[in-house]
Amino acid sequence: MARIEAEVGKPKGGFMKWIDDRFPFTETMRYHATEYYASKNFNIWYVFGVLAMVVLVLQLVTGIFLTMNYKPSAAEAFASVEYIMRDVEWGWLIRYMHSTGASFFFIVVYLHMFRAMLYGSYKKPRELIWIIGMLIFFVLMAEAFAGYLLPWGQMSYWGAQVIISLFGAIPWVGDALVEIIRGDYSISDITLNRFFALHVIALPLALIGLVFVHIVALHEVGSNNPDGIEIKEQKGANGVPLDGVAFHPYHTSKDLVAIIVFLMIFCAVVFFAPEMGGLFLEHANFEPANLTATPEHIAPVWYFTPYYAILRAVPDKLWGFILFGLSVLLPLFLPWLDRARVKSIRYRGWIYKSALTGFVITFVALGWLGLQEATPTYVLAARVFAVIYFAFFILMPYYTTIDKTKPVPDRVVYHD
Amino acid sequence: MTKVKGFAGLLMLIACFTTSPGFAAGGGTDHRSADIDRDNVNSLQRGAANFMNYCSGCHSAQYVRYKTIGNDLDLPDEMLVDNLMFNAEKTFETIQTSMPAEDAARWFGSAPPDLSLMARAKGADYIFTFLTTFYVSKDSPTGVDNLALSGTSMPHVLWELQGYQAASFEHHENDDGSVTTSFEGFEQLTAGKMDSEDYEAFVRDTVNFLAYIAEPVRSDRRKLGVWVLIFLLFFYIIANMLKKQIWKDVK
Repeated sequence: MARIEAEVGKPKGGFMKWIDDRFPFTETMRYHATEYYASKNFNIWYVFGVLAMVVLVLQLVTGIFLTMNYKPSAAEAFASVEYIMRDVEWGWLIRYMHSTGASFFFIVVYLHMFRAMLYGSYKKPRELIWIIGMLIFFVLMAEAFAGYLLPWGQMSYWGAQVIISLFGAIPWVGDALVEIIRGDYSISDITLNRFFALHVIALPLALIGLVFVHIVALHEVGSNNPDGIEIKEQKGANGVPLDGVAFHPYHTSKDLVAIIVFLMIFCAVVFFAPEMGGLFLEHANFEPANLTATPEHIAPVWYFTPYYAILRAVPDKLWGFILFGLSVLLPLFLPWLDRARVKSIRYRGWIYKSALTGFVITFVALGWLGLQEATPTYVLAARVFAVIYFAFFILMPYYTTIDKTKPVPDRVVYHD
Repeated sequence: MTKVKGFAGLLMLIACFTTSPGFAAGGGTDHRSADIDRDNVNSLQRGAANFMNYCSGCHSAQYVRYKTIGNDLDLPDEMLVDNLMFNAEKTFETIQTSMPAEDAARWFGSAPPDLSLMARAKGADYIFTFLTTFYVSKDSPTGVDNLALSGTSMPHVLWELQGYQAASFEHHENDDGSVTTSFEGFEQLTAGKMDSEDYEAFVRDTVNFLAYIAEPVRSDRRKLGVWVLIFLLFFYIIANMLKKQIWKDVK
């Protein structure tokens, strides 16, 4: 470590000086990498942020190559995807990486969000990071939804039909809003074209911008850690946090290992199970969109099903839409719903631990229920779980206040 | 150790999804297992011949090129032209049917669907069940109905091979007055050119070919995947050594 610092402190000349006089390259590298200190006791939960970045880049690059052969028109879209799969050199790989990447984006983002709930990463002073993160999540949902229409298969078409028609439940403006989204009286070539525009330009731009701001905010405050301790409060004589290690090369070398393990799982799916048993690529989507025949069973892709189950659990259309929207929005308020004095689950009492466990079970159960047909038993189960889902958030100010917490140590717990 | 366990768990999860296709194609019957061997080139070659002789008269496979089939199934161009290409001139052409779709829709009620992706949309088991469970029905304009797709407008094209069979059903009245119909079994009415074992082998080859054209790249991607994972494993070992080296002083 000493050697690295000596190199950084070396007076510069030549090319790097020329650059640094014109652009803050070295300064930026120091601020965000070589002298950005994050806790040395990061565990596996701390890799999903960087994995989300990896997936974002994968999606952007594969997406660019897909647009080179994809045709955003109702007459040609389905055939152009098959053209990519069969006739374009390596087209099948690019397409499978993109379709698998969409599901993996949600897997890593859900785990990333769960990490924040485990260790209280959304709590003061990181509320803004959390809010920006939630905005990223909303944009990601819109991005995935718009992208799912593009292959123009049966499920693309009817899934979009179901979700867009939800907005029709809004009083007064509902029907007009639905028409504005579709750009037509039904989902058509026009809808496909505008979803293509949103999917390849508008939403990715928003996504990249928000991710940038997310990281700027993070590096301003500093990363949280599994103990929920502010490492900046315990600094050594050199001004470096005692429990911190530089992002580069320490965390980057750790992240590289995580990225490779991630890629192994990712590639196992891409090469051996790209349909993931109908979860990542739904069977009905191998039939071209047919406006006159609905598929036997319409279900959104798995990453939307927890919210979809809540929607179906409500008998009233408008209230269904409201609770559906609320279930997506509620996590946004976590920084203020959670009143516990400690951040990390390590020092929380049994009440929060049980509540969080119950929440995870509820979320998975709702996701499973959303994939099934809405039989009376399943709808009843979805209602029970929906109540638990909302109770987790709404009762949080109460149960986090009465929950007995343990004392938090001054320094992080680190096992080599 | 826990990391290793977690990783193994994830791989097992993936394995579960790779082995259970989980199709939900309708019809009400449990589908019979097609039991196809997708790496058996001989079976695929026979399936290609079956498809061209019995299916392609009415069904197109508009995304599939003859040349691709030739490359993947070790069939030289002359063999393609002489034995498989009945209404195409060049090997790069796709499999089209000479029956106009509008006429077909008028004759049969609905145009025969394109079969390029049928195996991915409905599953091999569904097609196998469909092709083996035609039975005589007086109510149907084609004289036959089907267990996998009741009310199908497709006639029993393979009757010459399989012959005709009758199906017996048991009607069971429930307590609430509704009637549940359960399939009991088949009875062979007229013999076909093939006995039931040969006929099922014939259908199995055909379904195998349909599964192949639904995703011609499948066998390539699986072969490549092994090498990709081996590469990543080596990369993992090196990256892990680098990480250990960098972290060795952190206390």
